[in-house]
Amino acid sequence: MTTNDVVISCKHVWKVFGDRPERLNLTPATTLDDLRATNHIAAVRDVSLEILRGEMLVVMGLSGSGKSTLVRCLARLLDVTSGAVEVEGRDIGKLSEPELIELRRKKMGMVFQSFGLLPHRTALENVAFPLEMRGQDRASRIARARDMLALVGLKGREGYFPRELSGGQQQRVGIARSLAVEPDIWFLDEPFSALDPLIRREMQDEFLRLKGMLAKTVVFITHDFDEALRLADRIAIMKDGAVEQIDTPERIVMAPATPYVAKFTEAIDRTRVVHALALAQPVEGRVIEGEPLPANETLHALARRIVGDSRPLIPLVHKGQIAGLLDRKAALDLLLGPVA
Amino acid sequence: MMTAALGKPPFQLDQRRVAQAILLAALVLVAFRGALPAGLVRLPEAMVVPFADWINAAFAFAQDDLGLMSLTRAFSDAVELCLDVTANLLYGKSRWPNVGPIPWVVIAATAGMAGYALGGLRLALLAAGTFVWIAVMGQWKWAMETLSVIVVSVPFSVIFGLLMGVLAWRYRLAERILNPILNIAQSLPHFAYMIPVVVFIGVGPKAGAIVTIIFSVPPMIRMSLLGLRAVSPEIIESGKMSGTTRWQLMTRVRLPAARTEILIGVNQVIMQSLAMVVLASFIGMPGLGQKLLQLLQALKIGLSVEIGITIVLLAIVLDRMSKAWAMKQPEHVEGETWVQRHRLLTIWLGLVALGFLAAWAHPYFAEVERKQALSMAGPIDVVVGGFIDLVDPVTDWLRWFLITWVLIPLRDAFLWLPTSAVVLALAGIGWRIGGWRSALVCLAFVLPIALSGWWDRAMITAYTVFVSVTLALLIGVPLGLMGAANETRARRFLLVCDTAQTFPSFIYLIPVIMLFGVNDVAVVAAVTVFATVPIVRYTIEGLRNIPPEIVESAQMSGASPGQLLRHVKLPLAVPTLVVGANQSIMFALFMVIIAAFIGTQDLGQEMQRALSSTDVGKGLVLGFAVAFMGLLADHLLLRWARSRNASLGSSQS
Repeated sequence: MTTNDVVISCKHVWKVFGDRPERLNLTPATTLDDLRATNHIAAVRDVSLEILRGEMLVVMGLSGSGKSTLVRCLARLLDVTSGAVEVEGRDIGKLSEPELIELRRKKMGMVFQSFGLLPHRTALENVAFPLEMRGQDRASRIARARDMLALVGLKGREGYFPRELSGGQQQRVGIARSLAVEPDIWFLDEPFSALDPLIRREMQDEFLRLKGMLAKTVVFITHDFDEALRLADRIAIMKDGAVEQIDTPERIVMAPATPYVAKFTEAIDRTRVVHALALAQPVEGRVIEGEPLPANETLHALARRIVGDSRPLIPLVHKGQIAGLLDRKAALDLLLGPVA
Repeated sequence: MMTAALGKPPFQLDQRRVAQAILLAALVLVAFRGALPAGLVRLPEAMVVPFADWINAAFAFAQDDLGLMSLTRAFSDAVELCLDVTANLLYGKSRWPNVGPIPWVVIAATAGMAGYALGGLRLALLAAGTFVWIAVMGQWKWAMETLSVIVVSVPFSVIFGLLMGVLAWRYRLAERILNPILNIAQSLPHFAYMIPVVVFIGVGPKAGAIVTIIFSVPPMIRMSLLGLRAVSPEIIESGKMSGTTRWQLMTRVRLPAARTEILIGVNQVIMQSLAMVVLASFIGMPGLGQKLLQLLQALKIGLSVEIGITIVLLAIVLDRMSKAWAMKQPEHVEGETWVQRHRLLTIWLGLVALGFLAAWAHPYFAEVERKQALSMAGPIDVVVGGFIDLVDPVTDWLRWFLITWVLIPLRDAFLWLPTSAVVLALAGIGWRIGGWRSALVCLAFVLPIALSGWWDRAMITAYTVFVSVTLALLIGVPLGLMGAANETRARRFLLVCDTAQTFPSFIYLIPVIMLFGVNDVAVVAAVTVFATVPIVRYTIEGLRNIPPEIVESAQMSGASPGQLLRHVKLPLAVPTLVVGANQSIMFALFMVIIAAFIGTQDLGQEMQRALSSTDVGKGLVLGFAVAFMGLLADHLLLRWARSRNASLGSSQS
């Protein structure tokens, strides 16, 4: 995170489906049952959140939790029923159609679960499509599309049609297309869910590589908690349209805000998420002895050394400075389970 | 709320009881026919509503006062301009651009290359072979007269259909208005379209083209709407996120993504156009249809068989090519140079050049003279004649038996029934199947027929359809059962059905006239053959679509093949079969009307009279009567099949 300015902010966003939902009086106290009584269905309920520049927010929830609807509200593929979505300080609900088109042509890119490629266009033409829409000349858009395809590792497949490509390759085209206009904001709606597990892993690595290169604000939707933990700066967990908790992966695991989040994180191997620093105590003038351990490694990575160490308090080092003392017993409890 | 829904309302009509009461009343009317007042047996003359006069007045108003005539003139002039161009190119009519006719070898080569590009070698051979056959048999000019109209009318229909489909997709209201119109339009018999066109445009190729355009638009509207609806939401969202304007989204995302459905619409337009253009011979459209009509009326079997083969071949080629086009998936091409990337185009250009060269070198390759034609009419006549003499005792007896023991008694029975009893019985059946709403729908369809004063004619049509569809069921269901025995055979049977369905209905008259001559039996036979095709097809589909687990579980319960068929397969296949019967009735209605020209006494015959006296009002009233009969059957059968399917919990249709 370079600067801390807010790129997207949601203020009490509701998305309700049903007969003329804009007439409803929606307050934070409105429950699902209230809406059900009038035959309305709430897909997003009173969501307020802020996404910072350069941040990667993963929105996570089971199917039907409203996460895809939320991201469509952020891109204004759907109009919100109540509340406001602001992108760089502008309420996108108030944009005129040309302004909205302009915003999408310049600032936003989106990747879809089932790729959303145009079947009658080649990979190259698909990637060039957003550039063509904004009227870029043919030579420069083709050159740019070629570069993008090379970036996602599809050099040589430019002339192929989507149906001639595998799922992973199709999604690479989708990613290249979403990046062609150099957007600041990158939406990914379950981009790897339709892929088989091996390809999914490969695509996640690819995604991390691209993200590292490009430094964009990313909103990533997934129903896969492992994927969320692997990729996220922050995770928002949704249930029945509402955000249950929005926090760093570590805090979600160590300090679940609601029983639902706790249940979600139950089966997770915490040691792969929790960093040594999270179990540290302040030094408070105690004497540092022996070799310190790196503070920003997960417990899982440090397990061998923690088990082999005999000190009750192990010093942790971060950027050349002592950051705290790791409570070895707490670490072992987490690694091996509490003593029976 | 929940508890209130569960409790019984204080007063409820039991659907079955009401239906039984109504049907009983109808039965009483039949039983005491002799004692009924004349007004209940037949509608009194005084109560007949002059629908025809109203329609004529409306048409006269539109024609004279609204200036509709000048609008239709302008449109027909545009069509005529295009027709002149194709007529010049295809058979050398002396009109602008005065370059034609194109030598037949060039057209055959073009058809072959198009076939190859769309569907490979087999389609190429079929397409090129068809045109070679046409040329060699000396039918070139007639076939080109027919094709020159299709080539013009199909693009018009496609563009109109697409525009109206987009309109219906965009505006709910447009769809609500179009839907019932399309329902009626698709059940109006061919002739009903011809009469207004004759009034507004006259007779000849121009009228033929325009009636063809009007007749073939409805499926295009339906398919465009369907295709636009079926585009996956993610593709549209990805288009929007690419920053498309509405126009860009429509032209570059929605329409291309709906390509397959739209092209299937084009296929249907082509097939409907061919069927219509052949029939348009009744309004002076020259070409294959007119030739066939003349030859059939002169009972020249050999020549009509040859023309029949040509029409059938053309139908198959057009159908296969347009379907292959619809199903063709884009494929990437490798290659450095233009020639490498456009290999087929280059070969085609080469073939065209060769063709022109051949035509220049020898006139045979430009045009086959009538005396050079390789007609086999003589031998065909001998063979067919021999065959007819051979089977004559059988057909003679069959004809005698059917007419004396089946057709005449049944027809008399249909005519004997009191109008009031038929109306009441249909309402009762409607109530039984779909409650009071269906009963009202039935009345809405049957009462206008009674009020129009054409009741007796309509009953004769109904009787012909009834006999033919019953026979079609008796023949088609066993054939379907046989066909569904295994997958290979099923596929073969379905291919035959598919092909048979592409033939213009007119074709079916050739063999029956050959066998039975010109009489009622020939009509019933033609209609029966035509109506059997959908029955066979849906029987196979119905049996094939039964989930294999259900069959397997029945087998594991120890069901013998006979038990399996009776207790498992047939009950599950019946809703699909009923859909087939519904289509069969529609086909039969269309065919009965066409068969009128070999002599019936039903609505079709009256329609032909209306056509020759250009009586729009009468023609449309008769057309609507036929359409309403079809829609009535359609409503009852589909409604029943749907509720049956719902109760079976399956989603087959």
